[in-house]
Amino acid sequence: MTHMQKNINLEVLRRVTYLIGSEDLIAKLPNVPAIVPFHDTIIEFLNQVSRVLMGNRAVRAYPDLVTFAFWIRKSSVLKQKERFENNEEAVTLGKGVAFHIAPSNVPVNFAYSLAAGLLCGNANIVRVPSKEFAQVHLLAEAFYQALEQYEELRSYVLLVRYGREKAVNDLFSSIADVRIVWGGDRTIEELRKSPLPPRSGEITFADRYSVAVIDADSYLRIEDKARTAEDFYNDTFLTDQNACTSPRVIVWMGNAIEEAKEMFWEEAYRVVRKKYNFQAIQGVNKLTSGYRIAAAESGVKIRRYMDNRIIRVSIPRITDFLMDYRDNSGYFYEYNCDHILEIRALCDDKRCQTIAYIGQREAVQPLLQAGVKGIDRVVPVGKTMDFDLIWDGYCLPSLLTRTIHLI
Amino acid sequence: MSFDEIVRIAPYSLNKREKEELLTKRLLELTEHHRRQCPAYARMLESIGFDEKHVKRYTDLPFLPVRLFKELDLRSVAEEAVVKTMTSSGTSGQAVSRIYLDRTTASNQQKTMVKIVSEFTGSGRMPMILIDCPGVVKNRAMFSARGAGMLGFSIFASKKMYALDDTMRLDVEGLKEFLANYRGQRILLFGFTFMIWQHFYQELMRLKEEGITFDLSDGIMIHGGGWKKLISEAVSREVFHQRLKEVCGLTKIHDYYGMVEQTGCIYMECAYGHLHASIFSDVVTRRPIDFSECTIGESGIIQVVSAIPESYPGHSLLTEDEGVILGEDDCPCGRKGKYFKIHGRLKDAEIRGCSDTYAEKYQS
Repeated sequence: MTHMQKNINLEVLRRVTYLIGSEDLIAKLPNVPAIVPFHDTIIEFLNQVSRVLMGNRAVRAYPDLVTFAFWIRKSSVLKQKERFENNEEAVTLGKGVAFHIAPSNVPVNFAYSLAAGLLCGNANIVRVPSKEFAQVHLLAEAFYQALEQYEELRSYVLLVRYGREKAVNDLFSSIADVRIVWGGDRTIEELRKSPLPPRSGEITFADRYSVAVIDADSYLRIEDKARTAEDFYNDTFLTDQNACTSPRVIVWMGNAIEEAKEMFWEEAYRVVRKKYNFQAIQGVNKLTSGYRIAAAESGVKIRRYMDNRIIRVSIPRITDFLMDYRDNSGYFYEYNCDHILEIRALCDDKRCQTIAYIGQREAVQPLLQAGVKGIDRVVPVGKTMDFDLIWDGYCLPSLLTRTIHLI
Repeated sequence: MSFDEIVRIAPYSLNKREKEELLTKRLLELTEHHRRQCPAYARMLESIGFDEKHVKRYTDLPFLPVRLFKELDLRSVAEEAVVKTMTSSGTSGQAVSRIYLDRTTASNQQKTMVKIVSEFTGSGRMPMILIDCPGVVKNRAMFSARGAGMLGFSIFASKKMYALDDTMRLDVEGLKEFLANYRGQRILLFGFTFMIWQHFYQELMRLKEEGITFDLSDGIMIHGGGWKKLISEAVSREVFHQRLKEVCGLTKIHDYYGMVEQTGCIYMECAYGHLHASIFSDVVTRRPIDFSECTIGESGIIQVVSAIPESYPGHSLLTEDEGVILGEDDCPCGRKGKYFKIHGRLKDAEIRGCSDTYAEKYQS
């Protein structure tokens, strides 16, 4: 028996519910070998999970699940493998045990975190959302079924659920080689109270905000504006405009800005009206937010497009406190911008994550050259939610593996 | 138009047209007053492109969400003129409203309250039983809507007693003595709906089984604070009335609706179970989707307007309550004006997002 195993307090483990796994498997975890990244068995296993998901009619009702099932298909994973292939001078191996804290509010996020952990060759303990999302259940079921054909991977996929209990966090952290914390600042703060072993690393997904930069002239040239409106809806309203990737500010550039705005919102409204489930309090919340910033700054204009579903707040200048006034559920700041560096204050902030663009990606370049502290992703409108192994400024394949130098 | 002119009019005497004319004039003046005196308010009006030329009726005036008073300091008088700052209920850690009163506004609140409540209790002060503990007023840390309600209604007391001690137990001996001392006089009882049920009614029931009874058939009870907790215990207004009558003979029971942000303008419940708007204020129900005005009988978000506030821009507010206007000028009780019902608080938004939500301290 190793020193590690003696330290595992079974009493604490009884407070945990296992969707997949058991106390026993957790207790043995420190002795489970790491795997090389993108190992064939893992790729086949994930492909099997994908097949189970795709074969389940219930899954089709959840676009987020279908997207995940596509992402872990063999053909898609092989493309990833190619991107992160080894070089000659080094061998990489999984870190060992990865402990994941999934966000409580996003049903499928934990599965991406788990898949990344697996692909990088780690044994994974994943705390799934506390809320009873149907997607969580369907995913657990698919992983469980696939594991029946991959007995050897049982120690690598452990799905757990427990309250915000420090004792459990302490225990899992004490055996983690890497800790992956989703769920924002407060959750990170909680987890930081549980120490990690000296060699272990941590990846934290903090509270972030995102921005859209739209070149009005490029927008006006788009033929399928209805498609763009759908894309924009998926970036924003689909997650109540409250994901870290959801644009909160729209920066308009180019010549025909007013014309573009009119068409853009008309198209957006059509989709929002059809798809978005508006809750009564949201209108009150957004009016409150609009008045808050209007009280603080002169020249602010609050406009609603048709009704309370879309609230547009135009601001005369970009300030570094703008995002202290951010809101969600269809609350957009709009800024007419002559030169991209005017929004520097918004991006020179570690909370700034994604720039979603319509037009030329290069338009954002001057900001990066200016050395801003924010901006970790620059992606076309419609792609803000697409998960990738490079995410939120982190290259997950490097952070979830260790590199063995061979000379 | 000054408030002194308005306060002379009987609270439920004006019909729709008369009241509309009066309130439109006064509220337009208040809007202009606050625009001049409160720069933050002026900027808010500017942000929505408000133009008073487009105001035909007071319902066309802008409204501020009540929550703004928790987030901003909104004052239309110099800091030195503030004689009292009212705060709303707030459990620890929660933001509270701060309402700044100068002498005029504070005094007009009181005058209004007296005018309205006297319509139900008759004029003159009465011996009063506060169904709560003394701590709720004395202890500043506990000071809340409950405390504010107690203090507000205390102006009707010739003599007052707290029915509960600080452990929320009924002071049986004190109550006996108080009732003996004021036998033959009409007694005013005041408290929060849930407190009355939990700590007064339940205790009277228990005492009755022991053979100890109280006769409050000459009493008049005013209660507020909403029904949320009682509804979860399946206690309706009818049950509440019936049971109190059975246990102590109390028949005159009036609910009221009101808020710290518009103190003075309370909405009293008549014998038909309807909350009434006096001429000093009004309720407007609005559709959540676009804030357009609801028709009579259609549920919506409650907006309240009040002719009183001069020291803070709170004359037109959008609450987070939901309710329905039942009618106007035609309640069988004979009072003019709108009568309505409150359904309760709007539900908090359930929204998705990457950041975990941590339950805030829960508000009653």
